[in-house]
Amino acid sequence: MPLYVMLRRQDIVSEKNIGETEGQISFTLAGAFAGARRCVPIAISGCGIGLVFGTLAGQAGLGAGEAVLMSALVFSGAAQFVVLGLWAAPLPVATIVFATLVVGLRHVLMGAVLAPVFSKLPRLKAYGSVFFMADENWALTIGEFEGGRRDAAFLVGGGLLMFVAWTGSTFAGGALRGVVEDPSRWGLDFAFTAVFLALITGMWKGRSNILPWTVAAAVAVAAHQWLPGQWYILLGGLAGSFAGVVRRGH
Amino acid sequence: MYVVAIDPRTLFTIVLMALATYATRTGGLWLSSRFDLSEWAGAWLDQIPGAILVSLVAPTILMGGPVEVFAALAVVIVSLRTGSLPAAMVTGVGIVLALRALQANLL
Repeated sequence: MPLYVMLRRQDIVSEKNIGETEGQISFTLAGAFAGARRCVPIAISGCGIGLVFGTLAGQAGLGAGEAVLMSALVFSGAAQFVVLGLWAAPLPVATIVFATLVVGLRHVLMGAVLAPVFSKLPRLKAYGSVFFMADENWALTIGEFEGGRRDAAFLVGGGLLMFVAWTGSTFAGGALRGVVEDPSRWGLDFAFTAVFLALITGMWKGRSNILPWTVAAAVAVAAHQWLPGQWYILLGGLAGSFAGVVRRGH
Repeated sequence: MYVVAIDPRTLFTIVLMALATYATRTGGLWLSSRFDLSEWAGAWLDQIPGAILVSLVAPTILMGGPVEVFAALAVVIVSLRTGSLPAAMVTGVGIVLALRALQANLL
């Protein structure tokens, strides 16, 4: 059964049997800890990337305090690395903000996928939780939901750990300027690729995945080749998911 | 010395960046609460996670070279066998690190 349909059904069930149904939507401390535990390896490699960000931010002309502030408020590695490439004096504010928006557009799709569960939470919890939605903990949360558990705090627990790792390592990178400059020297550039690959492996449901995933990969590679920045994630995601629905429709 | 000074124009830019990112993070939730999704839209949402994850990794692997392709295959095999995320990650990073070192020494 598609995940979306499962989530919708679960909503209905949980409204009727509050506190009883297995897999009902909840938001617990235990869920947050589970999310944090699953995110430990991701947070560790995130620290490596944060050290690099802190270092490169200094080279781009950002003060160390400014870099930490950016990591804490924006909390998006992809967006932050992209804007470092645009950082110049005087600051091209509109370009930087526009680039941030474009890089973040994939979050709209990701948030829509989580919406059947999160829209059942009190508004403050739901809108507070998604601040911590990053690619990695989002992907882990989807895996968790697919496994039948519906603890929305799973996303926040993982996100909080990543937040601490990201801001802390940005701070350290600013303090240790010049120590880490090239993540590929440590193989760290491949850490997230490996995590995403493992999650993809878990999502494999059979031949129906071949067409959408091939389309996603082809469009992503083409966009990565010919378009600047991070368009490839959004375009590949859109093309692949549309291909999947069209395929199902026939 | 650790510099904590924050330039007003930089602060302004960072705050706008934060608002832009937060808008994208809440956008999906907000849109879904305003519009009732059709069955088609539901089926589409269901296809998004896989497509996004594939798009995230495809350029790194397919445009990387033999090291990345080999490491990717190893990660897939390890995660199929163990189902463990840390094991998959350590395998990937370890193989990339080793093969790159080997490459650097041979060339």
